[in-house]
This record gives sequence, C-alpha cells and structure tokens, in this order.
Amino acid sequence: MSAQTETTGKKFSWAVVNTVVLLYAFIPVVWIISLSLKGGDTLNDGKFLPGNPTSEAYTTIFKNDDFIRALINSIGICLISTFVALVLGTMAAYAIARLDFPGKRAIVAMALLISMFPQIALVTPLFKIETAIGIFDTWLGLIIPYITFALPLGIYTLSAFFREIPWELEKAAKMDGATPYQAFRKVIAPLAMPGVFTTAILVFIACWNDFLFAISLTSTNRARTVPAAMSYFTGATTFEKPVAAVAAAAVIITIPIVIFVLFFQRRIVAGLTSGAVKG
Amino acid sequence: MSTSVAEQDEGVEIAKRRASEGKRAEQKLGMMLCAPAVIVMLVVTAYPILYAIYLSFFRADLRTPDANEFIWFENYVTVLSSPIWWQAFGVTMLITVVGVTFELALGMLLAIVMHRTIVGRGLVRTSALVPYAIVTVVAAFSWRFAFTQPMGWLVGDGAPLTERGPSLAIIILAEVWKTVPFMALLLMAGLALVPEDLLKAASMDGASPWQRFWKITVPLIKPSILVALLFRTLDTFRVFDNIYVLTSGANDTSSVSIVAYNNLIRGLNLGIGSTMAVLIFITIAIIAFLFIKLFGAAAPGEESSR
Repeated sequence: MSAQTETTGKKFSWAVVNTVVLLYAFIPVVWIISLSLKGGDTLNDGKFLPGNPTSEAYTTIFKNDDFIRALINSIGICLISTFVALVLGTMAAYAIARLDFPGKRAIVAMALLISMFPQIALVTPLFKIETAIGIFDTWLGLIIPYITFALPLGIYTLSAFFREIPWELEKAAKMDGATPYQAFRKVIAPLAMPGVFTTAILVFIACWNDFLFAISLTSTNRARTVPAAMSYFTGATTFEKPVAAVAAAAVIITIPIVIFVLFFQRRIVAGLTSGAVKG
Repeated sequence: MSTSVAEQDEGVEIAKRRASEGKRAEQKLGMMLCAPAVIVMLVVTAYPILYAIYLSFFRADLRTPDANEFIWFENYVTVLSSPIWWQAFGVTMLITVVGVTFELALGMLLAIVMHRTIVGRGLVRTSALVPYAIVTVVAAFSWRFAFTQPMGWLVGDGAPLTERGPSLAIIILAEVWKTVPFMALLLMAGLALVPEDLLKAASMDGASPWQRFWKITVPLIKPSILVALLFRTLDTFRVFDNIYVLTSGANDTSSVSIVAYNNLIRGLNLGIGSTMAVLIFITIAIIAFLFIKLFGAAAPGEESSR
C-alpha cells in the first residue's frame, strides 16, 4: 500500500519534471507558429497564442517568388550535398572501420580538425576563389563547402555504425554459397542501411541549418537558401520587418525537420552519441 | 621426412606471401576508398586557409584594388590594436564561458531526467531533440520577436534588444536553448556506462544522492563531460547566426565572427578580414590544445578514447 503510494508519488513528480522539459523544448516553437497564424490586426497584441488564427501569412509567402526560389534552393542544395557527402563518407568510413592502412589515424585527426574549424576563416578565401572561377552565387558554390563540413560528421557517425556490424556474417554467407554480390546485397547492405540512413538525416540537418555560407557566398536568389532569404525579407525599416511572413517561412522550414526527427528519434540519438563519444 | 618439412616450409612461405599480398591489397583499397573524401576536405579547407594567411599579409581592399601591396604584419598590428576587435573578443569569450557553463549544468540535468525518468521516457527524449532540429536562424527569430515591441510576449515595457546587457543575455539564452539537448545526449551516453550496482552499493553505505553524483557518477563520466565541453566551447566560440539575427552586433554585441564578417563581406576589406579569420583560427587551435593537454580530453576518434 505504502509502496504503491510511493511509486504513484514518484510517477507524479516525474510527470511534473517531464512537463518542464516539454515546455522548454516547445515554447519557442509554439510561439513562432502562433505568430505565423496571427492576422494583421492581432499581430501586435503581444499575446502568446493567436486570438483569431488565419493562414494569411502562408498565402502571402507562397506568392512570394523569392521565398519559393529559396525553398527550392535549400532543398536542392541540401539533398545534393547530403548525397555526395554520404557516398564519399561511406567509402572512407568503411575503410576506417574495416581496413588497416597507413595514414588512417591522420585522416581521422584531419576530419576532427575540420569539424572544429571556424567557418568564418573560410569565407574570404572561398569568396575570392569562387568569384575567380565563376561559381559564386551558384548551387555548386554552396554545395562544395557543405560537403566539406558534412564529411567529418558523416565519417565519424558511419564508421561508428560500421564497427558494430558483424562482418563475419558476410564470410558465413559466402561459405553457404552466396556470391560476393549476394553476400553484400542480402547480408551487409541491410545491416548497414540504418546507419547510413541516420547519418543522412544528421548531415541533411547540418546543411539545412547553415547560415554563414548561405549569406556570404550568395548575392541573389539564384542560390540563396531559406535561412539567408529570411534575413533579407524586409520592410522599409527594421521595425517594418514582415513578422508574420518571416514566422510563416520559419514554420515551413522547421516542421518537416521536426517531424522527421520525432519519427526517427531513437536512431538520431544513437547517431549523435555514437559519432561523438565512441569515435 | 625432410622433404615434408621442406614442403611445409614452402607452404608457410606461400601463405606468408599471400598474406602480405592480401595486406598490401587491403592497404591499397583503404587508401583508395579514403582518397576522394580526403581530397575534398583538403582542397576546400587547407588551400583556403593558406590563402587567408597569405591575404592577411596584404593590404587587400576590394574598394581600392590598385592599392594592394605586401605589408608584412601591419594588418595584425591594426587588428590587435583595435578596440573593436578586443571588444568582440571579450563578448565572444563571455558568451562562450557563460553559455557553456549553463549548457553543462542544464545539459546534465536534462541527461539525468532522460536517463532516469520512469514515465514517458520516449516522449521526453523525443521532445528534447526539438531544439537540436530547429534551424538556428529560425529559433533566433522566435526569440527576437518574443523580445521585440510591440508583438513580443516576453518583452514587457522595455526594449531589451536595444540595450547591451539584456541583448547579451538573450543571445546567451538563444545559444543555450538550442544546444542543451546536444550536450544532454552526449552526457546521457556517458551515464549509461555508470554501473547501477555501484550506485546501489554506495547508497547502502549511506551515501546521499548528492555524494553519489559527485563521487561516483562525475568521475566515471568525466571523459564524456570533457568531450562535450570541448565540442561546445569550440562551437560557441564561432557564434554567428544568433547574434546576426538578434542584434546584428548593435550596441557592442558583436562576436569575433560577426566583426570578421562585417570586414569581409560588408566592408570588402579582405586583408583585415583575413587577418581576423587567421586570429580566430589560432584562438580555436589554442583552446583545443589546452583542453586536450590540460584536462586530458580525449579527442573523439582517437584509439585511446574507446
């Protein structure tokens, strides 16, 4: 009986603690969603929730060519960067996890250095070089630095995942008469896919989040991504910043990622921690 | 008898040769698989950083391209004797030290909650990832609007983003909010390695939860703490997005990255901008070196850290 009340009491206090965590995580998100739904007259009422929700801001933003263009840029640039970084990263991570070769440690150390590199230090030289070879303000001009900074993350996370794969199964499958291709296709690929997929999510989020390269290496809406475009949505003065439009744009680029993360929570936690802690 | 020994030796020789051939093939394959990634990383970082060092010795202003000349360390003298640079350096240090301290404390709390909670564990872990998943610029706008008249819900009567102290506090808040979950995840991975039996035994011996935390948990997860601190310190030192959106560096709230950016992209003064970039690079290298040497933080990826 008393043990029963004790666990109920404990459960209750945990529920309170958990609620605090939930509030912590969601308040800024709910606030920006709320702003995006406020109409022109209630926008400045300073209330946390919209009194009279409208989708006005979303209609406006989807009629804005700069925003549409930025959205296409963001999606295209991040998908291509993620794909290339994953292909190169998987090759390197496989070698690091499974093979013994000279220079392996140097490669791991180099990846670590780059992941700590101050991006601002690359902005000038990249700006100058890209202008000189004519890829300033193009998709390629952003994809190249994105791949570079995605590679260390990819190599760490993937090699941590690859170390966990029971590679003996490949040999076992071959002994049972599978061709090398079959052994790869039916045994190794399914085991490696979750790691590759998780890494893809982490790398995509990292690219999607970039702001510094996006504002430094673009000058028009040709390659400007949404985070950069958002900072250029302007009225005549700072005070006339089209708040609802910025909020709507913010929500549009946030919701898909949040849903993705919520859906694959377990894998992302595994990915983030394996890459950083186990190396 | 003797022939069979000779045959055996020969067999061993062949096996050895095959093994070393296999070894060589493995080495070759390993290097080939890594080559593309290594080349990309080197070309995009090593070459530009060398170029930045080169530029930092020149008067290179895109507004006066004809006046470019080699001026030795003059840019460094200019930057290092500039109050703007030191102001920004101080602000960056402040944000880094205060921010990372809060991140560590809150991150530890969150890690313990995620590790220990007996109800809704999945829900807590999932929602804790939300700040991590949000684009920094988006979160920064959310804070900016919350603290701006007249639409903000946190603003009250003042205008916090027009004053230095409150602005810095809000920048730190935005930075901490976004990165506590990442910190917590790294620490949680460490917590999972603390043997439950040890904590129970200490509890039997009369150790309070507070003592158990400081005497058992902290020493055992020290490697995780150091790695998390190293990552976050270096990352916070680069702070840019939050300041750009929240204050654009107004009222002396610029970080070194913001000042460098203003010189490079807005001022088009490549010489000075590159000098600042090199100085930031050197500072980060020093911080990393201190962490690894003084605190013995094992760099992730090193064999010894596993």
